[in-house]
Amino acid sequence: MDLSIFLILVQDGITSGAIYALLALSLVLVFTVTRVIFIPQGEFVAYGTLTMATLEMGEVPTTAYLVVALGVLAGIAGMLTERRVITTRRLALILAETVLLPLLILAATALLAPRKLGLPVEMLLALAIVTPMGPYVYRIAFRPLADAPTLVLLIAAVGVHLALTGLGLVFFGAEGSRTTSFSDLSMTLGPVLVSGQSLWVIGASAALVVGLFLVFDFSLIGKALRATAVNRLGARLVGIEPALSGRIAFGIAAFIGALSGLLIGPLTTVYYDSGFLIGLKGFVAAIIAGLVSYPGAALAALLIGVVESLASFEASAFKEVIVFMVIIPVLLWRSLLHAGIEEEE
Amino acid sequence: MPRLSIAPLIALAAALVFPAIPGLPPFWVTLADYIGLYAIVAIGLVVLTGVGGLTSFGQAMFVGFGAYTTAILTTRYGVSPWATLPIAILITAVLAFLIGAITLRLSGHYLPVGTIAWNISFYYITGNLDFFRRYDGISGIPPLSIAGISLIDSAKLYYLILIAVVLSIVATQNLLDSRIGRAIRALRGGAVAAESCGVDTSSAKIFAFVYAAVLAAVSGWLYAHMQRAVNPSPFNIEASIEYLLMAVVGGAGHVWGALLGAGIVTIIKDQLQDLLPKLVGQQGNYEIIVFGVILVAMLQTAPDGLWPLITRPFRRRAEARPRPAPTAVEPLLRREVPQRGAPLLEVKALRKTYGGLVAVNDIDFSVAAGEIVSLIGPNGAGKTTTFNLITGIERPSAGAVRFAERETTGLPARLIARLGLARTFQHVRLIAGMSVIDNVAIGAHLRGHANAISGIARLDRAEEARLFQEARRQLERVGLLGEAEKPATSLALGQQRIVEIARALCLDPSFLLLDEPAAGLRHQEKAALAALLRKLGDEGVAILLVEHDMDFVMGLCQRVIVMNFGSKLAEGTPAAIGRDPAVVEAYLGAVA
Repeated sequence: MDLSIFLILVQDGITSGAIYALLALSLVLVFTVTRVIFIPQGEFVAYGTLTMATLEMGEVPTTAYLVVALGVLAGIAGMLTERRVITTRRLALILAETVLLPLLILAATALLAPRKLGLPVEMLLALAIVTPMGPYVYRIAFRPLADAPTLVLLIAAVGVHLALTGLGLVFFGAEGSRTTSFSDLSMTLGPVLVSGQSLWVIGASAALVVGLFLVFDFSLIGKALRATAVNRLGARLVGIEPALSGRIAFGIAAFIGALSGLLIGPLTTVYYDSGFLIGLKGFVAAIIAGLVSYPGAALAALLIGVVESLASFEASAFKEVIVFMVIIPVLLWRSLLHAGIEEEE
Repeated sequence: MPRLSIAPLIALAAALVFPAIPGLPPFWVTLADYIGLYAIVAIGLVVLTGVGGLTSFGQAMFVGFGAYTTAILTTRYGVSPWATLPIAILITAVLAFLIGAITLRLSGHYLPVGTIAWNISFYYITGNLDFFRRYDGISGIPPLSIAGISLIDSAKLYYLILIAVVLSIVATQNLLDSRIGRAIRALRGGAVAAESCGVDTSSAKIFAFVYAAVLAAVSGWLYAHMQRAVNPSPFNIEASIEYLLMAVVGGAGHVWGALLGAGIVTIIKDQLQDLLPKLVGQQGNYEIIVFGVILVAMLQTAPDGLWPLITRPFRRRAEARPRPAPTAVEPLLRREVPQRGAPLLEVKALRKTYGGLVAVNDIDFSVAAGEIVSLIGPNGAGKTTTFNLITGIERPSAGAVRFAERETTGLPARLIARLGLARTFQHVRLIAGMSVIDNVAIGAHLRGHANAISGIARLDRAEEARLFQEARRQLERVGLLGEAEKPATSLALGQQRIVEIARALCLDPSFLLLDEPAAGLRHQEKAALAALLRKLGDEGVAILLVEHDMDFVMGLCQRVIVMNFGSKLAEGTPAAIGRDPAVVEAYLGAVA
């Protein structure tokens, strides 16, 4: 491996690392706010790419119908959860969120998709279709388990992952898709040829990280989310509804997932089940950071991206093994730090 | 306690005649074979996940260990299929021990994620190494044969699998009803309580992990000789998820639930694989949609699985049956009681800081054998932290603790317990889902010696009888023998505290630390408790208690130590403490 190959590999690694960083951030967010280890994160990535690919062909993606179905289920779940305390106002809000909104999204998609209005419109549509699935999934699967132990939530997350992967197969078939590149630009920076798509990915990730940081530090919702993450009971006592925090966290997770899907769509072929491994790599990064530190998770994600990229050059068949085994020494090191008796919840 | 029940015998008889049903499609027998193979893995998960509370998404990998071991040894080295079984078990046990030693140190959610990483790596390693013949896998594995009859068709293999399933069920039930089984069950109540009873929770975790892995390997060994070919895909992460699904559906806490879950999931999967592709119009593993929905729905509506739901009507009748009267057995050996008045516990300049907060600030005191001493102070004074430092739950930042003529500073809780120090907790730590007497028997863990093998082989019955006689004796002593068979967490909170005292007494302690023992007790119960503690003191047991009920403290203790803001404020007889102006100020505020 000479220097130029090395630099190309590092560039590739940083590009995929930026995606893993986004996913790691949203996994940390979801975990700290709801205690859910969000295995289905990757499905939103795959849904993002594949929805976009269908839109580019000028067709209405099946996910636009799925969002309506999930919305209705979420509405039923929401009404069941609140059946004893529901008011007309709450009912109207729930119906607006779970029935009206997805129907509007479906209508917009049906109207706009055949016209092929170009990349920005189609991207917005894809994001609009996938993002609400996060809160709906929270209402359907996790809200009723809000008080269950972390392990039960994890097993439920695996259940959601199975269901969404299977649905992905039904909707998009077993063939993978690629989407159009955002830019064909490429430029030489010293010895390296940098592709425009890589810059897009890195730029968008960085912008999103900064955006999240601003939201968390300066907006009321962001502060409410942080409060829930630090102390759920305490947050509740000062009037922050944990279920609302949960829905927002899942919404952000789905948005980040879909956006990641849009960003990697032009770089690699995405299949209905590609999301699992992509999500898990974000996860490895999140775990390296102990599932709590945002900057740590982002750094670890870049490291994983680079390790993966180098491994795929040196020992391509074993790149997954190498990436997943990175976790073991880290976990060992973490557990050595906590030598005492740990109390589990 | 085992009770001979007729239901398992009926089930066994039905299983024996099943393949002989006239007109039975042969495919059903094959399906039954698979159910048996999966059930063996799911039974392992009952021990690991349902009972031990450790979730694994890596069981399919251990199935793979067993299958690949025999595949490689029989096809490449000509080893006889039967000889590979012990080798497969040994290799899997060693690997599971190593993997467990690394991974089980991770608490809570890190463990399942760690097992996912292992399982995915295993898949790619077997799929990419020539040694494992890559994704094509290894074929031409010889069938098993008994007395010259080769077990090729599924009807013949059926009985071998049945034997394996029955052995797994019996072994697992015996294990769970043994001393080691109680240690595994104690893991769910949190490591702190178990370690304080002397249970080595790390070993218990690793044992449960290895046990589940070995069952999986046996299943894999059978699978390899049934399929006569192996490749990486049946051992991937999806398969591991399916095993966990089986355990959850059937009821992860019940051995029979694993069998039920394996049956239901296997049959549903088989039906869906026929039905769904027809509905969708193309091939694919669409059954995972249904599995995912079932998994979430089960967790929401019946988190304990189907087995407890099905057996509920029968169980009530079984519980009404009285246990056979225990026969008198030789009591357990007692510890040598130290001379009354001999120094037992010495605390010197003990200090604990959390960041900038000094929770315990250079505390000094000592307690002699047979002495009853009370540690009082306002909330947040550092009393419970002091307890945790003495008992080894937390490590002191500075200072020294000497107990029973040994330097115990920083020793782990279970080693300190071994020296004869037992405790109760401010927030009761009994194991939910276990009866009162089983909880109490955990306290006697260190007084038994039976290992897992003797538990599985039922060679531990004499010792078990002695342990349970001790548990009954201590329950009688605290006046709760009548509640012995009730679920521990069904008792009133005050009574649960008393159960904790009985559990602590089962350790045969020379020193008892009680954290608010009288909280939640009625007047007469308090009097009975005081009488019991006094009697223990007369027997030479030293007692240190944290208590807010001043009447209780003043009437019982010979000496009182007062803490405030982490420091020792005063020490003396109850009467002297009651007059101490500093103490009065700490409790009531300065008199203006």
